[in-house]
Amino acid sequence: MTAVPVATKPIGVRWNPRRYFGPLWRHPIARAFLKALLTVWVTTTITFFLIRLMPGSPVELKIDELIQTANGALTYDDARAIASGLFAINLNAPLHEQYLSFIWSLLHLDLGKSFLSSGTNVTTIILAVLPWTLFSVGTGLLLSFVVGIGLGLLAAYRRNSLLDRVVSTAGSFVSSVPNYLIALLLIVFVGVQWRLVNFTSMRGAYSSGMQPGFTLDFIGDIFYHAALPITIYFLTQIGHWILSMRSATLSALEEDYVTAARARGLSDGRIRSAYVGRNAVLPLVTQLAISVGFIVGGAAIIEQIFAYQGVGLRLLDAVRQRDYPIIQGIVLLTTVSVVVANLAADLLYSKLDPRIGRAGGAAG
Amino acid sequence: MTTAILTRPTLGQRVAGPLAALVGFLRLLARRPVGLAGFIGIVFFLLLAFVVPFFVPLTNDPNVGAIYQPPSLAHPLSTDFQGKDVLNQIVYGGRDILLVAILAAFFSTVIAITLGSLAAIVGGRLDAALVAITDVALTVPQLILLIAVAAILRPTSLFFVAVILGLLQWSNLLLQIRAQVLSLKERDYVEAARSLDLGLFHIIFREILPTMRSYIVINFVLAVSQAMYAQVGIILLGLVPLSGTNWGIMLYFARDQGALFFRDSLWYILSPIVAISLVQLSLVYFASALEEIFNPRLGGA
Repeated sequence: MTAVPVATKPIGVRWNPRRYFGPLWRHPIARAFLKALLTVWVTTTITFFLIRLMPGSPVELKIDELIQTANGALTYDDARAIASGLFAINLNAPLHEQYLSFIWSLLHLDLGKSFLSSGTNVTTIILAVLPWTLFSVGTGLLLSFVVGIGLGLLAAYRRNSLLDRVVSTAGSFVSSVPNYLIALLLIVFVGVQWRLVNFTSMRGAYSSGMQPGFTLDFIGDIFYHAALPITIYFLTQIGHWILSMRSATLSALEEDYVTAARARGLSDGRIRSAYVGRNAVLPLVTQLAISVGFIVGGAAIIEQIFAYQGVGLRLLDAVRQRDYPIIQGIVLLTTVSVVVANLAADLLYSKLDPRIGRAGGAAG
Repeated sequence: MTTAILTRPTLGQRVAGPLAALVGFLRLLARRPVGLAGFIGIVFFLLLAFVVPFFVPLTNDPNVGAIYQPPSLAHPLSTDFQGKDVLNQIVYGGRDILLVAILAAFFSTVIAITLGSLAAIVGGRLDAALVAITDVALTVPQLILLIAVAAILRPTSLFFVAVILGLLQWSNLLLQIRAQVLSLKERDYVEAARSLDLGLFHIIFREILPTMRSYIVINFVLAVSQAMYAQVGIILLGLVPLSGTNWGIMLYFARDQGALFFRDSLWYILSPIVAISLVQLSLVYFASALEEIFNPRLGGA
């Protein structure tokens, strides 16, 4: 935990922002919101500079390309105007106004237009694939969290038993091997060597003849197609949860309140769930949020390996086609979804631990 | 007595000190079989990648007559889609991967140490700003950003790849270093150095960092494994120039050429997968053994 530094000796600090923003910054929920906004803003700025100012900037490249394909029929200014429309930036304005107009159109969810899909809005394209990634990543993560917490708790209670050794060893093994390698191994063995699963039929987000809707058939089909990515997210995350929960439980078991609860004659089951389990699981909730970001990023490789139609696969298509507005849009929208997940975890955390909710309390 | 103290240490003494420390360290490590295996694994792959290529000739020519041959005496790990020897590629394929991972880990560790300890010691506005930046860097989905950056900047040199990787993974370590320095800077010996007015540089690099040596080493080892993960990831996606031989490129071509779905190419695909996994496992197990040795209180046993 990164405790808010208690300024013991403000040597040489004349203007201390904490004095003015302190109450706001110290309130955990307000701070979580500020942090979320800041993150989105910084990512936006980085993206802007990447597409606009870097050597070989995508905007200039597109202008050159437009001029060349038009074979002299386009003037530089015309090409510039077209590129400007595609990127949702007013290229004729001074840089700081370009930046402001960029942010202004982002606030209207206008991320520009795709180079290739005949000018479709980037937002539309991404919103069509984002749910699949969030669905598969979320399911895998939650499954691994629940199962991992249970196994970790069990391993801690049966410490040094056979179960503990097997679970801990397997956990540290699967969490150390890169997830995309496990995905490749899955294809090589389950799909090709043993021929247990037909991988080609599992590609895509759902089967081509399916009518999307809340029918059992469709939901079953969704899970069938997402089964492989979910398996990978599950396998690569579970080790982390097992090991973290195991060590958190072991240290919670040594706390005085557990001894006291035993002395009061509370049942084992009650001590486990209400005292040890609850306290051990708390710090893991924040880690859950951090791993969302990690897995959404890692999903790019997994989705490509399994040809699962999520954000990651779309991003790589865009990279291959040099469709920069889409690349930029995906970076921004995944950041926003990760930030929202973090925010949710922060709020949940303050719900689970009443001490956190109060301003100036034991802020994390 | 006095002369014995004043004479400079002989070469033997100079070597004996670190040697004894090494022996002591290995003895501690020997009690943790998994950690020892990790250490041996790291040494093995470093030798394989940096020393063995001097003794083994590179056989890089495609051989149409020997495509997808099963393992034999001539090709112990079979041949690939161009008839090239897989074992030879494994030998030559580690150097670039490990070099980039180590460089990237070095960059990120240096950034984390410098900015982390600066934030903790200077405090105030600088600290608040650095922590805010770090919080942001921690939240952004790094691999997505890495893919976008690699797609736009199109890195051409390995050094550039290492810089990008290093710039993306310092955040976690920075917060930990900062927290440690915050607690260390209240210690008496740091107070003493400060009251002697020894300067920020001296306080950070001569007083505080040496006490965190073991901690930094552990995190460096983990940073190497993270950098390797991200690096092989973007190679697998074909985002860095595919020149030369390395384990990531082997995997890329195995997928690209469809060898992944070909039953007889098992050895060809497994070789780089096993090599990368073994390096990763070695690094992680070695790091956790180091943690147990240097920080026995935290040991899970």
